[in-house]
Amino acid sequence: MGLLTNLKDSISRAASTLFSEEDPKRIGIYGPPNAGKTTLANRIARDWTGDAVGPESHVPHETRRARRKENVEIERDGKTVTIDIVDTPGVTTKVDYTEFLEHDMEKDDAVRRSREATEGVAEAMHWLREDVDGVIYVLDAAEDPFTQVNTMLIGIIESQDLPVLILANKIDLEEASVQRIRNAFPQHETTPLSALEGDNMDEVYDQIAEYFG
Amino acid sequence: MRAMPEAKHPDDDASGVQIDMISAERMDGKTTMEKIRTILDGVREGNIVILESGLTPDEESRLIEVTMTEISPDEFNGIEIETYPQSQADDSSLLGRLMGREETKKLTVIGPANQIETLHKDETLISALVSRK
Repeated sequence: MGLLTNLKDSISRAASTLFSEEDPKRIGIYGPPNAGKTTLANRIARDWTGDAVGPESHVPHETRRARRKENVEIERDGKTVTIDIVDTPGVTTKVDYTEFLEHDMEKDDAVRRSREATEGVAEAMHWLREDVDGVIYVLDAAEDPFTQVNTMLIGIIESQDLPVLILANKIDLEEASVQRIRNAFPQHETTPLSALEGDNMDEVYDQIAEYFG
Repeated sequence: MRAMPEAKHPDDDASGVQIDMISAERMDGKTTMEKIRTILDGVREGNIVILESGLTPDEESRLIEVTMTEISPDEFNGIEIETYPQSQADDSSLLGRLMGREETKKLTVIGPANQIETLHKDETLISALVSRK
């Protein structure tokens, strides 16, 4: 009997190792435009792989295509959690090219950027419905979290039973309020950080390992 | 199913804002794309659309996606949409999910992004400013 139990155990261990090695979870980084999603994706990728994911900018909709960084191995307490990071375009229900004109852009460039931005949002929604296994939801802690986009996206994520980690980014800003985000989404744990400064990343990695490991 | 009446503006200069309040009964039985078309056709006419029963999360996701494909410079900038946040630890929604039903949201207001501005929103109050085209 003992032999049989041991055999069963080793088969199931082998199967789980095989599964985890072949199929790292795809974790989508979601949130409104300018929340710091790419800054976070780059921070995680640089910390664990040495490479960046994409360019960061203060101009909204800098990320207009979902970008995947594969096989990011995060080590926590002697264990390794392997995930694919998917940096997604910021989700919105409206895009007005004239807003880009305020960032010293010519009209043609602004129109092109807005068209790419709309395609990017549609792409992000598609990934969320079909292709991610978990979500890191990034919010700018200096902004009001009670927006419809946040309400809808968290609702969509919850309806799909995806594990979600809420991050209150930009705590280096004076006007940041982590509590405001906790109040808006009390059903989820909120972790503060500054992806730009690298503040509190240890706790973020602990949470990633716990939620997605 | 009855067709939506044609938008009638009293004057050519569109002196008012049309509000379409759509009952849950009218939306029942429509497919996701039919619901989205009902909403976007109204909003693109410059109307404010109010849904008694709102949309499911999956329908909201598809509404965002279809809206994005219709945005066109100087013509349509997208939508503003407001619903109350889901109440937390809602037993009935848990029961609904256990029984395989998707949650239905509460009252939902949708309008053209360049005509409706949310002034305040919390769990129990949505205050919005609607302007003419």
